[in-house]
Amino acid sequence: MNDNLTINGIEIDSRLFLGTGKFGDDSLIPECIKESGARIVTVAMRRVDFNSDTDNITKHIPKDCILMPNTHGARNADEAVRIARLGRAAGCGDWVKIEVISDNKYLLPDNDETLKATEILVKDGFIVMPYMTPDLYAARRMRDAGAASVMPFGAPIGTNKGFKTREVVEIMCNELDIPVVVDAGIGKPSEAAECMEAGAAAVLVNTAIATASDPVLMAKAFGEAVRAGRNAYLAGPGAVKNTAEGSTPLTGFLR
Amino acid sequence: MLIRLNGEETECRDGSTLLDILNEKDIDPETIVAEVDEVILKPDEFTTCELHDGSVVEILRFVGGG
Repeated sequence: MNDNLTINGIEIDSRLFLGTGKFGDDSLIPECIKESGARIVTVAMRRVDFNSDTDNITKHIPKDCILMPNTHGARNADEAVRIARLGRAAGCGDWVKIEVISDNKYLLPDNDETLKATEILVKDGFIVMPYMTPDLYAARRMRDAGAASVMPFGAPIGTNKGFKTREVVEIMCNELDIPVVVDAGIGKPSEAAECMEAGAAAVLVNTAIATASDPVLMAKAFGEAVRAGRNAYLAGPGAVKNTAEGSTPLTGFLR
Repeated sequence: MLIRLNGEETECRDGSTLLDILNEKDIDPETIVAEVDEVILKPDEFTTCELHDGSVVEILRFVGGG
């Protein structure tokens, strides 16, 4: 059975997206990508620091990965559009993760500005994946504007708190006809599996892998967890009940 | 002349091109994207785009991000 993820008509054989921030050693990134099986990899765009010898992160990302720049740093739609266009001019293709955040404490995405940026960038030919605060109505508007998916957070960025937004995101998964990719806050492979069991199309993980004691092993664990969660979803779990129901037949007792 | 380079006032030679700036800073042109006065430059414009006094230049590259 072909269960590949399809985004904008493009088939992707992994439902785990990998972020490349916060790695203590960027040279671990290629092995993390390989062990996790991730095919979509996010990067950010920043001013070159002329006083430091910072590497170009893309040299650590295999050429057969889909590079998806985020618009982190954008505080409004105009800034997101500018960053997206710079990313495309830098040669990464048409994919973009819109990230519009003006709240520095919780890093919550601004759905209104994200929608505005989505409308402009879709018309500009981008494959747009908006990072958003979970909200079914906002997601529908982004879908209607042409977003290729929506990316609601599981918990605030970098918190590793897990799938705190499960109730709303599960509703979004049930009601939307575009992929729902849980992005941010997922701290453990079991939480990534939970996202997939709830019906998410994919999960994006960065902090939990990059800051693990063994990022490569953690990347492998997340890859396995996403596949396990997806298989569990497809298998159709049994019903949850309030009272016990024995697993063994209630006949033929030895009395 | 004085330009604004990545947010900082920076002296450079009159008639400098974007490529001149990159060479002075030892930046490989293939690893960056550049914007002059809010116009994104194509790579073949690095040698032809002449900066002027007050030009606002942004030179960016990809870094790790989630």
